[in-house]
Amino acid sequence: MSSETIISARDLSLTFQTNDGPVHALKDVSLDIEKGDFVSFIGPSGCGKTTFLRVMADLEQPTAGAITVNGVSPEEARRARAYGYVFQAAGLYPWRTIGGNIRLPLEIMGYSKPEMAERVSRVLELVELAGFENKFPWQLSGGMQQRASIARALAFDADILLMDEPFGALDEIVRDHLNEQLLHLWKRTNKTIAFVTHSIPEAVYLSTKIVVMSPRPGRITDVIESTLPRERPLEIRDSPEFIEIAHRVREGLRAGHGDDV
Amino acid sequence: MRQSVIPVLTVLAAIIALWYGAAVWLNAPWAYDKAQRAGVELSLGDVVADTWSQDKPKLPAPHQITREIWKTTVEKKVTSKRSLIYHSWITLSATLLGFALGTVLGISLAVGIVYNRTMDMSVMPWVITSQTIPILAIAPMIIVVLNAVGISGLLPKAIISMYLSFFPVVVGMVKGLRSPDHMQLDQMRTWHASSAQTFWRLRLPSSMPYLFTSLKIAMAAAIVGAIVGELPTGAVAGLGARLLAGSYYGQTIQIWSALLMAAALAATLVAIIGVMQRIVLKRMGMAG
Repeated sequence: MSSETIISARDLSLTFQTNDGPVHALKDVSLDIEKGDFVSFIGPSGCGKTTFLRVMADLEQPTAGAITVNGVSPEEARRARAYGYVFQAAGLYPWRTIGGNIRLPLEIMGYSKPEMAERVSRVLELVELAGFENKFPWQLSGGMQQRASIARALAFDADILLMDEPFGALDEIVRDHLNEQLLHLWKRTNKTIAFVTHSIPEAVYLSTKIVVMSPRPGRITDVIESTLPRERPLEIRDSPEFIEIAHRVREGLRAGHGDDV
Repeated sequence: MRQSVIPVLTVLAAIIALWYGAAVWLNAPWAYDKAQRAGVELSLGDVVADTWSQDKPKLPAPHQITREIWKTTVEKKVTSKRSLIYHSWITLSATLLGFALGTVLGISLAVGIVYNRTMDMSVMPWVITSQTIPILAIAPMIIVVLNAVGISGLLPKAIISMYLSFFPVVVGMVKGLRSPDHMQLDQMRTWHASSAQTFWRLRLPSSMPYLFTSLKIAMAAAIVGAIVGELPTGAVAGLGARLLAGSYYGQTIQIWSALLMAAALAATLVAIIGVMQRIVLKRMGMAG
């Protein structure tokens, strides 16, 4: 692995002005994400994990501090289509087929027709949805829809994948399966992934680096480098090593939370 | 569909029964009047028979209207000035043109309101104000002004029709074009989509349910506009002209047949949009 820094945040702060006074969504956050990292952001609601992800994506503007994505500002990175963003909801257009939905960003970016067809079939295979190209979203289960939305984010050549609780609305079994698939996909594509989650096992299972955050003000309380191997069968979650990392994450969450758990 | 047949027919039967009753009640004074002058006694049966067959009844009976409609549609050549089909076509052409203009104007204004902050702040109050002015007051003005610049015939009526029909389209389309949620708009942003791409690929398709609902209201408003447009012009053709001529000469049967024709026309046009709505939304996976 090269240790090329993909995302670098220095003393990043973001304050929302609301009617109830300022809300410190992020306060003095510094973090480096290296190429090929799988970084999870975990913390209670209001800890700023989603806001941090949105700042990387240029969907929010920081009020202080500096951040670079691929060595440039988030806005330039967005304009260069440097990342794919997966939202909490699949957000597929009901009037487009699965193939049509995956083509959507490609059309916007001006790919040629044969190129689009080639990419659509490639990413559908990647998320194990080959053969569903001409189905409509309502014909798919929630898990399959979310896989299609991941395929959509993979369809263009972005080296970064930003995922905001993509599996939050899915049941445990589907979630396990998608986590496994996501790891597989990460290994095959060697993308850099930033992943927001509520779930400790999910964070530990997936990540090379776990960023524990806490609210009021939103800040990073711990960064845990995972010692788990890159090859991770689901059973690894019963290993002592896994349990120890999960324990450290839980401790970090509790410490950051103060008394108001 | 089938479950609704019996209730609909029941209501229709009740309306017709009430109508016949009302015809007896409203037309009886005239029947007694005639009988008194002729010096004859009327039995109840005579009264009923008379009230359902007067030439200029206060309220014509349904069968009289049906016969009049039959006579002026099926039995007249469509080119005849007495053909109701001919008059309906005159009104229909103004309605359709006005509806088309109103739809285009309504969508254009909605796009402007959604995309332009100045228009967002300034246009809507005017759009609402335009609808508070009684159409009967402004219709003659439009006709007079357009006549002065040499425009007459179909277009002035179509413009009055447009004046009424653009409003529901603006209101519906502003809501429709704004219906995509934050996430969908953010998603477009992550792909660095242009405004035009966001419009054609997201906002416009998302607005379709709102558009069709607006179009139904706009169509009904358009036909009212076309008929109102025929009233102050002294128009000699069109359903509005038939209504006006009928009221000049006390031809109640003619008025009612023109009214029913207008209602049937409106119902048909709205139903056509309803069918289009069902087909389009079903194909777009947005039905229900």
